[in-house]
Amino acid sequence: MPDKPDRNAIEVVNVSKIFGSGEGQVAALDTVSVSIRENEFFTLLGPSGCGKTTLLRLIAGFDFPTAGEILLYGQDIAPLPPFKRPVNTVFQSYALFPHMTVADNIGFGLEMLGKPKDQIKARVAEMLKLVKMEALAGRRTSQISGGQQQRVALARALAPQPKVLLLDEPLSALDYKLRKEMQIELKRLQHETGITFIFVTHDQEEALTMSDRIAVMSSGKILQVGSPRDIYDRPAERFVADFIGESNFLKADMVGVSGGRATVKLSSGVEIPATLPEGFNPNGKVTIVVRPEHAQLSAAGPAASLSGTVENIVYLGTDTHFHLRLAGGEAFIVRRQNSRGASDGIVQGGQVGLLIGNDAAQVLKD
Amino acid sequence: MATAEEVAKAAERRDVRDRWLLSAPALLVIFLAATGPLLIVLVYSFLTPGAYGDVKWQFSPESWISVFMERDIFDDTLSIAGAHVTIFLRSIKLAVVTTIATLALGFPTAYFMATRSEKTRDLWLFLITIPFWTNLLIRTFAVLQIIRNEGIINTILLKLGLVSAPVQILFTDTAILIGMAYVYLPLMVLPIYASMEKLDFRLVEAGYDLYATRFKVLRKIIFPLVKPGVIAGSILVFIPALGAYVTPVVLGGGKNMMLSNLIELQFGQGRNWPLGSALSITVMIIVMVALLAYVRNAGKSGVRHG
Repeated sequence: MPDKPDRNAIEVVNVSKIFGSGEGQVAALDTVSVSIRENEFFTLLGPSGCGKTTLLRLIAGFDFPTAGEILLYGQDIAPLPPFKRPVNTVFQSYALFPHMTVADNIGFGLEMLGKPKDQIKARVAEMLKLVKMEALAGRRTSQISGGQQQRVALARALAPQPKVLLLDEPLSALDYKLRKEMQIELKRLQHETGITFIFVTHDQEEALTMSDRIAVMSSGKILQVGSPRDIYDRPAERFVADFIGESNFLKADMVGVSGGRATVKLSSGVEIPATLPEGFNPNGKVTIVVRPEHAQLSAAGPAASLSGTVENIVYLGTDTHFHLRLAGGEAFIVRRQNSRGASDGIVQGGQVGLLIGNDAAQVLKD
Repeated sequence: MATAEEVAKAAERRDVRDRWLLSAPALLVIFLAATGPLLIVLVYSFLTPGAYGDVKWQFSPESWISVFMERDIFDDTLSIAGAHVTIFLRSIKLAVVTTIATLALGFPTAYFMATRSEKTRDLWLFLITIPFWTNLLIRTFAVLQIIRNEGIINTILLKLGLVSAPVQILFTDTAILIGMAYVYLPLMVLPIYASMEKLDFRLVEAGYDLYATRFKVLRKIIFPLVKPGVIAGSILVFIPALGAYVTPVVLGGGKNMMLSNLIELQFGQGRNWPLGSALSITVMIIVMVALLAYVRNAGKSGVRHG
């Protein structure tokens, strides 16, 4: 991956957005701050209603923040109308102009900027090539498929060379196979154009596959910002751990902290190391999270971190899920990749031990 | 035994027969109410006027000649019927100006309505249709009450001391235009609203996003997409405006004769039914030509773009 310069393309500073007034008012965004670096593929991830689309619309200029600043390379753009911002959007519904051809759609932004005709033509040809749509330049947008419309919407938004490209769940209308293709395609386009992408999605897999960094949002707040690996391996809050991937939550007691790592005591009395969210120093009871593939099954015995009963074994082809009921009563799922060969004697109803490795546990803030 | 082919053919014949039977009532109404009377008018226009109205069943092209020509009463030479041409032009001008005025007022109104929330939209729609509950004559007299010398507008202007004498609006061309615009406005608003309501306003956002100013968005995106509504509205206003009868008489004071007055005259005091018929058909032809030109022109530069 090329080095990302530390310059910020977008800085969102204490932005709030309140819809409605009086008793019916809803805070879609609650004092949100986030910085998005230049040339970054940045994803806003969260369930519907978390405020991710609102934040995108504020950056695009379709709505105006109730409070706070939005800086584009240091300049506050929050009060500017959308047509005065060097920011373009790929809409969820694509919003292609039905009364224009594919080529006219792509050239629209440049035409509105008053660029000379030959320059527009050249740029449109370049964009058509970039999204591999040369053959359909003269078609109406109603005469092309969903995936093709998607490409046109991308080309249209990229044609005026925006400083930042906003993408509002652009892949949600595509079928699975096409979505996979477009994920790779988007990544390629971002790489080739060097434009900062801000991508909104509720699909964790999409976010993990494409992003340089992800901001996980919930109820109008940003809970955690980090690389896909950070977010997955080191979720700071229960919501983040729960929303992305599968998680096992365990109660534990803090024993001590040294060098940013904690030692926690499990219900079995076994002490294991766990990582702490940045700047978090809890005492007493905490919740830890362990991903299903980060724990191993072993023979029941004193060497195991925990022990339990196998309630269910689910075979999934590439891997197998073991649903355990721990001695303390909690449910715990272990995922193990399958290999060809004989089974290892783990059966439903049997007693097993559970090993939680050195790097597997993470303490949560709540 | 019948082959499959024969069965299929018989079914098809039954289908065709059923289609005709089912559409027969509609066809009958269309013939009795529209095509039939029109044919009578066409036939009458080629007959000779009777002495007390009515027609004599004797072929004569005379009424068609007198639509545009005048026969000198002394030497029988033909010259252009100046009065008729003036009336035609006056009526066409009024219809065109009315269409433009209602469009200028109706487009923003429709836009306003379509951008309200779903619930309030129905209220606005309801308000727009209220005038239809009242008779045209009553609506026209209501306008008369507002603009006459002792009416609301002049009373307010006088009270405020803005004018020293009442402004003469009634019995002028302005009065006719005000009345026409008022009467025909809903016919313009409703079809434009119907188009505007279907407009995907995300396209408007996309326009803004791609550096189009408000005016450019209106011209390049909203207008082309609601054009079918604009065309429908213009047709709905232009046709009745060309034949407007009550409004020009009441508000214009009957000083200037309109097409409708001219035609009415032929069937009434003029006792020249053939001429009235010929004039009516001429109006129809004008409307048809105007509409064809309008629709074709509008279609060329808008929706069929590219």
